[in-house]
Amino acid sequence: MCGIVGLLVKTPALRERLGELMVPMLIGMTERGPDSAGLAVFGKAVDASQRKLSLYAGFTEEGDRFAWTPLLDALNAAMDVTARIDAKGNHAVLTLQGNAENVKSWLREHCPKLYLLSTGRSIDLYKDIGTPAQVADRYGFANLKGSHLVGHTRMATESAVTPDRAHPFTAGEDFCLVHNGSLSNPYGVRRKLEPQGIHFDTDNDTEAACRFLEWRLREGDALPEALQKGFEELDGFYTFLMGTTTELALIRDPFACKPAVVAENDDYVAIASEFRSLAHLPDIKNAKVFEPAPEEMYVWKA
Amino acid sequence: MESVTFDLERGSVREVNQYLHGDAAALKGQQITVTSPNGAHNIAVGVDADVTITIDGHAGYYAGGMNKHASIVIKGSAGTGVAENMMSGKVHVKGFASNGAGASAHGGLLVIDGDAGLRCGISLKGGDIVVGGSVGSFSAFMAQAGRMVICGDAGDALGDSLYEAVLYVKGDVKSLGADAQFEAMSDADFTAVASLLDAAGLKHDPRAFKRIASARTLYHWNADADQEY
Repeated sequence: MCGIVGLLVKTPALRERLGELMVPMLIGMTERGPDSAGLAVFGKAVDASQRKLSLYAGFTEEGDRFAWTPLLDALNAAMDVTARIDAKGNHAVLTLQGNAENVKSWLREHCPKLYLLSTGRSIDLYKDIGTPAQVADRYGFANLKGSHLVGHTRMATESAVTPDRAHPFTAGEDFCLVHNGSLSNPYGVRRKLEPQGIHFDTDNDTEAACRFLEWRLREGDALPEALQKGFEELDGFYTFLMGTTTELALIRDPFACKPAVVAENDDYVAIASEFRSLAHLPDIKNAKVFEPAPEEMYVWKA
Repeated sequence: MESVTFDLERGSVREVNQYLHGDAAALKGQQITVTSPNGAHNIAVGVDADVTITIDGHAGYYAGGMNKHASIVIKGSAGTGVAENMMSGKVHVKGFASNGAGASAHGGLLVIDGDAGLRCGISLKGGDIVVGGSVGSFSAFMAQAGRMVICGDAGDALGDSLYEAVLYVKGDVKSLGADAQFEAMSDADFTAVASLLDAAGLKHDPRAFKRIASARTLYHWNADADQEY
């Protein structure tokens, strides 16, 4: 199964309430995805010379007692990146000046069990095993602010229940994807991408879709072109919800095997697998509620 | 006439359904309203009593499933499988309906004022379905008996592997499924469409509808077909 939620707010005041509005949406999808949860939130971009890395320490021996400050001090001593860190248990957002790739190499070398969740100027990413309510509480999702977000609750079918196989998946910078469904050709897609130097972190089918679409974007496709190639290359059942710095995008497979419903008004666009996750949004009674059609692209600008 | 209201903000779907599964003679003629349905699943499933049920908002999956005798109105949209396996009575969706609406309905009337998703009326077994809007792909797949009136358009593979159900479409059909064919409308067809539209409360000219039924070429195994249909 799995549940998908997405929220894009259209007024500056609601940006302050993004997390608070989203938490009931995520918890509403618990029955569809009780084993893991995660979300990517897009906020104000850092300066073009800076990058943010979302890091997960759950695989290290220290786990949620991971010593982030000594790591930060060692990084700043080794490299001239004036890094700062915002940590919460096993999770941290590292903001740095300069080349993110050099920092990632340094982290791989000095703390190989630290897991990179996302890279970008505006994306912060959180995901872990546990019920949606537990994960939301663990990272204080209710306090998140930003213009839009992509969330997911997982009921694993295609790969193990582990934090790295939870959604959202990311590739490149400021791109993430969540998936409800199962792909039938993820290894075929993977065999096309790996010879081009594209590295995979897990054996999860969704990661293949995420890396395929990000590869198309990086090769110069606009989002609609990349999604069109996705329709042609990706076989199986899917509702995909994707986030970029400026957009939320949704597609469903031609058989519409996996559900989605959208509610839109002057204040927000909200997407969920089922209406029960939208029912408590403000003024939902007057929102335009519709079911997105199969094999159509829906793109909302932040 | 007795009227009872259940608020799903305060109570559970189970309470509603247990009440509706009470003694049919005692329930007869009652008006039951379900407020704040908020997309909950299985509202008013398995009712076997002559009651009127109003669901005041959006319903989740399988609303009105297996309905017998009851008249159910959903004021918002309906999730997957609304009125699936209905036996008799009426289910009226004022908004849109998701996939599999009226699947395998044996009797009764399902009315959807808006659009229906994919596989509407799949394996229909004798029920009637009237859709005010359009239907998605694979609608009426393997439909065995009953009638479907589609006032808008139909997606791909309409009526694939049809048995004896008959479909009437006013708008465009993107493609017909295997063994489905357009046929001439007879006087009986015009009368059938008129009475179904009337029962659904929809105003369309029956003469604007086209009839689709089975060519019956798949009824018997053809060893020479070489898997090409």
